[in-house]
Amino acid sequence: MSDAKNDHMVEVQNLKMYFPINRGLLKRHVGDIKAVDDISFFIKNKETLGLVGESGCGKTTTGRCILRLYKPTSGTISFSGTDISHMRDKALKPLRRNMGAIFQDPYSSLNPRQTAGSIISDPLKIHNMASKKEMDEMISELFKMVGLDPRMTDRVPHEFSGGQRQRIGIARALACQPSLVICDEPISALDVSIQAQIINLLEELQEGLGLTYLFIAHDLAVVQHISDRVAVMYLGRIMELTSSEELYENPLHPYTQALLSAIPLPDPKAEKIRQRIVLKGEVPSPANPPPGCHFHPRCELATSDCNVEIPPLRDIGGGHYVACLRV
Amino acid sequence: MAAILEIDNLTTNFYTEYGTVKAVDGVSYYVDEGEIIGLVGESGCGKSVSVLSAMQLIQTPGKIDSGRVIFDGEDILQYDSKGEKMRSIRGGKIAMIFQEPMTSLNPVLSICRQLTEALEIHLDMDIQSARERAIELLSMVGVPEAAVRIDDFPHQFSGGMRQRVMIAMALSCNPALIIADEPTTAVDVTTQAQLLELMNDLVTRLNTSLIIVTHNLGVVARYAQRIYVMYAGRIIESGPSEEIFENPRHPYTIGLMRSIPRLGEKRGGRKLIPIDGMPPDLIFMPPTCAFLPRCTYKTKQCQEEPWPALRQVGEKHRTACFVDIGEKE
Repeated sequence: MSDAKNDHMVEVQNLKMYFPINRGLLKRHVGDIKAVDDISFFIKNKETLGLVGESGCGKTTTGRCILRLYKPTSGTISFSGTDISHMRDKALKPLRRNMGAIFQDPYSSLNPRQTAGSIISDPLKIHNMASKKEMDEMISELFKMVGLDPRMTDRVPHEFSGGQRQRIGIARALACQPSLVICDEPISALDVSIQAQIINLLEELQEGLGLTYLFIAHDLAVVQHISDRVAVMYLGRIMELTSSEELYENPLHPYTQALLSAIPLPDPKAEKIRQRIVLKGEVPSPANPPPGCHFHPRCELATSDCNVEIPPLRDIGGGHYVACLRV
Repeated sequence: MAAILEIDNLTTNFYTEYGTVKAVDGVSYYVDEGEIIGLVGESGCGKSVSVLSAMQLIQTPGKIDSGRVIFDGEDILQYDSKGEKMRSIRGGKIAMIFQEPMTSLNPVLSICRQLTEALEIHLDMDIQSARERAIELLSMVGVPEAAVRIDDFPHQFSGGMRQRVMIAMALSCNPALIIADEPTTAVDVTTQAQLLELMNDLVTRLNTSLIIVTHNLGVVARYAQRIYVMYAGRIIESGPSEEIFENPRHPYTIGLMRSIPRLGEKRGGRKLIPIDGMPPDLIFMPPTCAFLPRCTYKTKQCQEEPWPALRQVGEKHRTACFVDIGEKE
């Protein structure tokens, strides 16, 4: 592997995902929801890239584009060197085996009428990965891997607790031995004392199986804990992308700074002396984003050129990317 | 300082067809004048039910079985839950802010009507002055162009703005106490910061007491002066917030602190130590400490004796555990 790019499992270039707004009797196209608006990044082999941002910033849409659950409006997505952005379903199927997905809500992402074993075996059947004989063994193997008792394969989802259901979701994502797993808010619906169990499980699995994660969440503390690098999104664009350590120690984008300071720390002494940046106003609608930098109406550093020029995501050294004209 | 509200040995059960759910099991806490306290715990630990019980907002099959709720020197649990006296307290002297701003506002009434209703009922205002006061309240909580937006309906407001309306409603009758039940769980972090800062400023300025019910340890660390940690229907630890965070003494509190990732931690730095197992089923509660199956400090005494009562482990610091877990372990 002489080319440095060869160790990039996913490469996203100028990705745009617009959802049309159709109104009236004739369903005329009156505008677009710009869920993802021109973003570029890559995910290295065996690393965890965290994607944080508030609701509606496009983080889930980005994940779904990589899974090709959506057909992107423009831009390219390459997976292990193959451009999949406009590939047909049939050609996509063998590649999809290499991608897994874990979803947020362990209640609605599992079919309540299917047994846990059959939920996990579905991807194996679809990709013809196991004969009937091997199936049972593979299922109990997967059950053990995620810390569930293999004797519970015949139970249906409501017989499991929230944390256990999320384990079933993880087992399903790993069934086809994928190389990439998109984790979309995998712990947000769980109780605090259960969250750590799932975070640790995801970390152990990554180490044991050499997985690559795209970890999508709104909780920056969790994302930082699990990620090698973190991308901060705001209104469809990436504002800052750097190693998770650097993001905490040296956040450069005004939005990242505000986001960090908004998170209350479980430490009353540190809280007393901490400087807080409370943002003014609210996130604008992605149907009608402000011109120039999307963050400028709420930004304290904004000057007159911020509402004209779209700041590019530029490398300021050491793989620290930031999209701000004032930095 | 005198306690503005004191809850004494409150027990609330839900009599379901599967059995009796002991949602709140002998809980006592108080809040002083102008004080902010935090009630923390995971879902199902009884934190919300305890405050709803205090306001007599429990519906069948739930029943408040025992306890006293002292407000203004009187036991308000003795009042008829639908009577005049209780109604003058609810929304008047004690106000509540609920978690879901989407569902706790009436979708078919204008914001103006929802704000003026309480003013007319509790403060006997006429329509015109109630409207003026409503506009004043709305701008106080930071809704831009309050005079125009007052005639909007809830669906025209964003989640954060709706929660501001809820805060305005809570403040409208100058209550002595506000109970905020997971006030920011449904909103984003930056909106959460805006709302909490706003609430903190307002209650400090108006000298209103505040009970924050939440599962977020960070939120209580930032705002609460004292904390009560609940587990399976009981308070298992209480004390000043600095003391609880620096020197937790109950295995559950210690477990919680160890299991949450903190900002600024390096990848691969500290491994999270999760609390094994799950919270107990509130129908089949063991006679012993409910945390016992998940506890890493358990002794023989824990398995033989009933759930320990709260005991003093420091000035104002109490824990419901037999084991003496050393300081700063």
